[in-house]
Amino acid sequence: MTPTESPPTLSEYRQREQSIAPVENLIERSGGETSEELLTLNFGPHHPATHGVLRLLVTLQGEVVRDLKPIIGYVHTGIEKTAEDKAYWKVIPIVERMDYLSYYFNAMAYCGAVETLAEVQVPKRAQYLRVIHLELNRIASHLIWLGTSVLDLGATSIFLYCLRERELILDLFEMSSGARMHTRYFQVGGVIEDIPTGFAAKLREFLKIMPKRADEYGAILNANEIVLQRLRGTCPLDAQTLLSLGVTGPLLRAAGNPWDLRKATPYSSYDDFAFKIPVGTVGDNYDRYAVRLAEIYESVKIIEQALDGLPEGPYITEDRKVALPPRHELATSMEALIHHFKLVTEGFRVPPGEVYNPIESPRGELACYVRSDGSSKPARVHMRDPSFVNLQALSHMTRGSYIADLIATTAMLDPILGGIDR
Amino acid sequence: MPDATGLELLARELGDAAIETVYFRERATIVVDPARIRAVLQTLRGKGYAFMASLHGVDHYPEEPRLGVIYELLDMSAVDRIAVKVRVPLEAPRVESVTADWPTADHQEREVYDMFGVVFEGHPDLRRILMPEDYEGHPQRRDFPIGGEPVIFTRDEAKWLEARE
Repeated sequence: MTPTESPPTLSEYRQREQSIAPVENLIERSGGETSEELLTLNFGPHHPATHGVLRLLVTLQGEVVRDLKPIIGYVHTGIEKTAEDKAYWKVIPIVERMDYLSYYFNAMAYCGAVETLAEVQVPKRAQYLRVIHLELNRIASHLIWLGTSVLDLGATSIFLYCLRERELILDLFEMSSGARMHTRYFQVGGVIEDIPTGFAAKLREFLKIMPKRADEYGAILNANEIVLQRLRGTCPLDAQTLLSLGVTGPLLRAAGNPWDLRKATPYSSYDDFAFKIPVGTVGDNYDRYAVRLAEIYESVKIIEQALDGLPEGPYITEDRKVALPPRHELATSMEALIHHFKLVTEGFRVPPGEVYNPIESPRGELACYVRSDGSSKPARVHMRDPSFVNLQALSHMTRGSYIADLIATTAMLDPILGGIDR
Repeated sequence: MPDATGLELLARELGDAAIETVYFRERATIVVDPARIRAVLQTLRGKGYAFMASLHGVDHYPEEPRLGVIYELLDMSAVDRIAVKVRVPLEAPRVESVTADWPTADHQEREVYDMFGVVFEGHPDLRRILMPEDYEGHPQRRDFPIGGEPVIFTRDEAKWLEARE
């Protein structure tokens, strides 16, 4: 509840609480004076509730936040600079580690940009496999968000339930690519390998379980007294202000604007699938929570449709100038050997140009800007990270609210410092 | 993106503020005069491009003018994107800040300043955002070396401090 408005209806518990220790008594006891002093406090960078190495310079009046300045750069590893020194193929693992919970999305944005520049077609099967992995990553990212956010509010068991479901997803990633995180599965032109036998069956099992588990989280949290008190009505921000601040993703959808790049400008065959976009009404923390929880169900639907409709065909482009030939060809074909050699040593060259490729990541519009100068290394790789832009909204959201609301809002903002700092 | 014809019509409307248009891979870019960037963005906002998706920098070394700033605009109702680009030389890397009209430009302009050294005049709080406050140099420039900082090991620390004096 913001301190400037009275709550609509108080539960019996709250009414009892307020009758025991009303604020007016405290002011009376301290001699009728309330402090007007502003206190500037450092929140982080080492702090369990800042969701990463985020430093917030908070100006407080009592417990009310008057101003907030985020200071970032503690995890800046020069990803964009490193990417300029590497062949296009080798940039993929670098760029994956940017927004470290939505790694497939980073790779997708980058590979999509390079594919546009080099005019490489991605086969249909690869597009469907990409969608499956992207939506699995979206669910995994939302599970971590849910677990850590309600952990900040005190619900410690939900954190472990979410991680339990995420284990199933990471097992699926390990099955398809060999690694749980930062898998290098997406390559320019498609995916690195076809899914193994048993993947589809395991994925269907997961798709049967996930909605039931999401129902369980909803059953525990949706009408929970603490969640309602902490999230309902706290730190709302209207869609117009969010748009002027460049905020996209679940934060904007919670405020009522149904902008989603998967529907607006479909990429990678997203228009083949039927799914809904969860939209909130008020734009407070509870709407942000509800929108992300609902997105998990929609992602499950998309994966199911993609799996049912998975077409036969190549899993990567047949253009040997861009994609490695299959290993068995190296023993018999001279051209395959030469292509393999050229690709591994120098890498493929991309015609000069600039491309900005936006996709919808779990946090909003994630885009990759690639500038190529004709050589085998990119001249500029810039990732437009949604967390970096969304962070600007934090001070607007929390002005005039309590520290406790600041904690809840930072959690609902879903910032990933790897993406913010790059 | 507006198609090629739409892009040309748009550039004609902007008049002499538009220096060049680029229609590449079905994406539209207008290169404009750095002195008129704020007015150009307001005109485009009037045309419906009311959302600034990204503000980022690029170094065109060795071509001149070297430093480029790109403004990615999005029209949500018409689902249309357009990129506006300005290019400034290294000797005079000044561009007017658009933060007053587009609040999203705040941190993004700070990042371009930090990484490229482009000074945004009129920015409310132009200081480094990713690098430490006392850092020297602008890392993302093409002539800035990768691994441009010496790594001091504890065994060499005394020697290194001595060499600094």
